[in-house]
Amino acid sequence: MSKEDIINLGHGSGGSMTRTLLDDVIFKTFSNPLLNQKHDGSILELKGKIAISTDSFVVSPIFFRGGNIGELAVNGTVNDVAMCGAQPKYLSLAFIVEEGLKIEEFIAIVNSIKATADRCGVEIVTGDTKVVERGKGDKIFINTTGVGVIHPKANISMERIKVGDKIIINGNIAQHGMAIMSQREGLEFESDIVSDTANLNYIANELLDQFGDDVHLFRDATRGGVASVLSEIALDTGKGVYIEEKNLPIDKQVSAACEILGLDPLYVANEGVFLAVVDQSVATEVLRQMQTNQNAKNSMCIGEITQSNSKKVVMESVIGGKRIVTPLIGEQLPRIC
Amino acid sequence: MKYLEEYRNLEATNQYLSLIANKVTKPWNIMEICGGQTHSLVRNGILELLPKQVQMIHGPGCPVCVTPVSLIDKAIELLEKGVIVCSFGDMIRVPGTKKSLLEAKAEGADLRVLYSPLEAVEVAKANPNREVVFFAVGFETTAPANAISVLHAEKEGLKNYSILVSHVLVPPAMEAILDDEFCNIDAFLGAGHVCAIMGYKEYMPISEKYKIPIVITGFEPLDLVQGIYMAVSQLEANEYTVENQYARVVKKEGNIAAKEVISKVFRVGDREWRGIGKIPNSGYLISEEYKAFDAGIKFQIIGNDNVLHTKCIAGEILKGLKKPYQCPAFGKECNPTNPLGAPMVSSEGACAAYYHFSVDENVL
Repeated sequence: MSKEDIINLGHGSGGSMTRTLLDDVIFKTFSNPLLNQKHDGSILELKGKIAISTDSFVVSPIFFRGGNIGELAVNGTVNDVAMCGAQPKYLSLAFIVEEGLKIEEFIAIVNSIKATADRCGVEIVTGDTKVVERGKGDKIFINTTGVGVIHPKANISMERIKVGDKIIINGNIAQHGMAIMSQREGLEFESDIVSDTANLNYIANELLDQFGDDVHLFRDATRGGVASVLSEIALDTGKGVYIEEKNLPIDKQVSAACEILGLDPLYVANEGVFLAVVDQSVATEVLRQMQTNQNAKNSMCIGEITQSNSKKVVMESVIGGKRIVTPLIGEQLPRIC
Repeated sequence: MKYLEEYRNLEATNQYLSLIANKVTKPWNIMEICGGQTHSLVRNGILELLPKQVQMIHGPGCPVCVTPVSLIDKAIELLEKGVIVCSFGDMIRVPGTKKSLLEAKAEGADLRVLYSPLEAVEVAKANPNREVVFFAVGFETTAPANAISVLHAEKEGLKNYSILVSHVLVPPAMEAILDDEFCNIDAFLGAGHVCAIMGYKEYMPISEKYKIPIVITGFEPLDLVQGIYMAVSQLEANEYTVENQYARVVKKEGNIAAKEVISKVFRVGDREWRGIGKIPNSGYLISEEYKAFDAGIKFQIIGNDNVLHTKCIAGEILKGLKKPYQCPAFGKECNPTNPLGAPMVSSEGACAAYYHFSVDENVL
């Protein structure tokens, strides 16, 4: 197969072209005993409670500053499993490729998936590749499903959140959404903003090792941003959430880009940002430990769970005023002026 | 972030809040004209930090909110005829009589959400066999870019590009509000972005005629509290004049080059405001010389029937006669998912600002 080639419908036909694509790219890259069985599925052995999560990735552009759709497809699902308090072990990987995608780009994505999976310590054990006609996709869509074993000390659920718990964030917000937007057709603007895509499984695992069930909730703030996670916490627990704007970590360039477009960074998508709701007795230590981790060096305690303002998120602004933070409705749209 | 962080400074803002509190001796109603100012007042929690005597009244300054329903219906009609309609993002969720532009898009219409009218000219170039219409909405702020798109299309010799104009002008709206028999406004915060283009000479005769202070004001917390302090100072001293708080952006004569482009392509004419009605000389219409680029003429869009949902009190909100939460439908039948009127749907609308941000216990 030449790197100059493009994907065509034959690559999804199930015939010899499909076989060549799978043998030359997929099996060669992800080679492991489970996948190499080339069965319809994989037979796995897992001990203990398991967590499973699935996600589809439809980002455009597929290559962006700081990553690509393949890296995102691994990190995204790994993080969802990790947020359940599990250490992810295996991933499924399904591609829907639009006719016309360059083989070279497909290979770059596959290689990136492999490198990211290795970094996360997960194996790709089953998968699927379909090709759709030109115009019926957006270059490439990827679905991943991850399974992992729940950490023995994990006891994570909304029900465990109580008044006084502290909310800790691991890094700068709105980075991924603005990196994508800065390269989106029709809106390109010069910036050095890079996506924050990162795997969070090791840091989540470390926190569970050390603080066990004092960690009441993990939640990554992807689509809908930090505001949506905080709103879910308020609505699902029936308690209040209080945060301080001055403690929200945000890069100056990202903040400026949001300002120009009239977007609220609280609602902009992230890929490597998570919130930990922890017992107040361990909050200082959790924060200190997180700040030593490369993926969490900008960690901040942004607020706490309150008895008052039931089901609402209240934010104290930088000038000391208060506002409600509501869930995102529809898509954030840049304003006229 | 220069010019932003220093205008979000806690200490400086508190100083001005104290100055206002020390200065004020009686109740004053101050109207901020611009939806961006409303948004910032509520989002930063400034309304709760002001002394009770200072009431901020939210003006009509959201371009999306004041665009007549009939024009949205017309844009949808064009879409359904196969025209490519291009629009700014915050216009697409505003409900027309039957549906919004977004809903028309979901049904298969060719709606393009753009960030600049110049992109619409590119769309017209790329689709020579299709008609392309840019929905040119906004106050004086967006008029120069919309005018430039017409000049570009002319230069390119494009016959398939036109604009559906709904430009509204601030000073006539201020006069219409002041002429209303129920008007209770004591001072205005003028819209900083509009004045960046137009300057503020036009505001002087208004201040003089109605004996009302007008302070041209920016959008950051410190801008707003400083602007309010300047307005309160004038009111307490029984004075009235036009002051410029936003001097880092606004010059008295405005942006000469932008004004020249506007006057080349547009002429001033009567304009219908959603919820307010027709205001004489309150809008830009396309000038005779450029009428070939007027979608209204090209597609024979006539009539300006201004339909409002019967339960929507947008008119009273936009004139500052009622607060959003005084509307019986607010937060119930009318919410951002199911807006009855534009002030709830637009990101700068007063109703949406209260719905999203206000911690006032009267709200929701």
